[in-house]
Amino acid sequence: MAELISSGTGRGAVGRQVRLPLRQALAIALRSLKLRLARSVLTFLTITMAMAFLVDVWITNALDPTVRNAILIQRHIPVVVAVRRTREIWLVVLSLLVCMVGISNAMLINVMERFREIGTMKCLGALNSFILKLFLLESLGLGVLGTLAGLLFGLAVAMAVALNHFGAVFWTLAPWGALAGILPACLAIGPAITVLAALYPAWKAACMEPVAAMRVEV
Amino acid sequence: MVTPRTASLESIAPAAGREEIVRTIDVVKEYRVGDQVLRALKGVNVTIYRGEYISIMGPSGSGKSTLFNAIGGLDKPTSGKVFIDEVDVAQLDALELAWLRCRKIGYIFQTFNLITVMTALENVALPMIFAGLSEADAREKAKAILERVELGHRIYNKPSQLSGGQQQRVAIARAFANDPAIILADEPTGNLDLNTGKAIIALLKRMNREQGATVISATHDLKMLDVSDRIFWIRDGMVEKIQNRAEVVIDAGEMH
Ligand SMILES: Nc1ncnc2c1ncn2[C@@H]1O[C@H](COP(=O)(O)OP(=O)(O)O)[C@@H](O)[C@H]1O
Ligand SMILES: [Mg+2]
Repeated sequence: MAELISSGTGRGAVGRQVRLPLRQALAIALRSLKLRLARSVLTFLTITMAMAFLVDVWITNALDPTVRNAILIQRHIPVVVAVRRTREIWLVVLSLLVCMVGISNAMLINVMERFREIGTMKCLGALNSFILKLFLLESLGLGVLGTLAGLLFGLAVAMAVALNHFGAVFWTLAPWGALAGILPACLAIGPAITVLAALYPAWKAACMEPVAAMRVEV
Repeated sequence: MVTPRTASLESIAPAAGREEIVRTIDVVKEYRVGDQVLRALKGVNVTIYRGEYISIMGPSGSGKSTLFNAIGGLDKPTSGKVFIDEVDVAQLDALELAWLRCRKIGYIFQTFNLITVMTALENVALPMIFAGLSEADAREKAKAILERVELGHRIYNKPSQLSGGQQQRVAIARAFANDPAIILADEPTGNLDLNTGKAIIALLKRMNREQGATVISATHDLKMLDVSDRIFWIRDGMVEKIQNRAEVVIDAGEMH
């Protein structure tokens, strides 16, 4: 038996163990999100709002001076250099940070609540990497959904405000090419933030000892 | 209650030449609580042979769970050694320990510990997937094991839809998923009523006989005495005495 544990059979099994259960982790992550629906929805909304804010500010900042200048030029009025809205950028960064802290805390509570589940999985042979995947996927799932919703929401708000401000002429004057670049950038930022926020809680979960499965008190 | 047994039941003595599967040498476990040191195990030496059904009996707080953790590779003893199949558990790295827990040992808990978001079938299949089986193979084998614990009709139920006894059956099926050499159970009947507990003990015994797995069960449930080959009586972190089933029957009167 001594040979068996240290031999290729053992190592091979461990190797397969690392790659295979990604689908399993995804399934567990999605269902855990559903189980804690209220908290998941709250986290989702936090991401949605933060991303909507980011998209709105970014688009408005890109669009406003451009359209304004175009209108001024059309009317043969000299163009004044636009003032950058630094205060809004501060606010956006702050909102993203608050969002991260929120996700991180929600995830930490999640990990603390699920100590027995995590310990049990470790008793069943789960590697740390599996547990890590589990929680990162959970956060990533929320991040992607929240970001998509935030993008749509922020885009809609920015467009509505611009349309209201400039009138129909906006459709022909807006720098569509530049705007199209903002969306993919936000699509990357949102999930990145959520995964980053979940790193510490997920790592804590992964380091949990299998004896946690035995703990009786909550 | 311990019912007297007839002589027809052979007493299973640890005959020389039987294959050792677990051996502990001077296992000491200390817990640090504040500035106090609590000695939960004070030097435990036991040897367990392949295929045995062992009960670790003792009052609450005597160190049963602590011994369970040490034998199961869940917690490192403060000093002393634990050998499983002649391998010193302390020498294993993280991956090898995960492998040991996955393939060599099946765990059963007092609180069942099923994964709440997974069906009975998925719970039983999970350790097989960790062991590297394909999902299709794992599900097929899980179904077969669940049928053997008489839960073939509830395989798509979530734990919350099952009774305590049924949940423990799923847990037993899950523990046997990778055909482990050792089944470790900590108070498997602790959260069950009398009859459900009896049924679970009978099932454990049947799986022990049919699969040839060594069953080590920490318990203070005297119903367990009937099916045990040997009983380790533990008190205050020490093994007080080790008895064969036959001897327990003679002593049964003393226990009340
Ligand atoms: N994690 C822990 N920290 C501190 N003390 C512990 C811990 N686990 C167990 N103990 C103590 O060790 C002793 C043995 O506990 P345990 O093995 O759980 O007993 P049993 O399972 O027989 O009821 C008890 O006094 C208990 O309070
Ligand atoms: Mg205990």
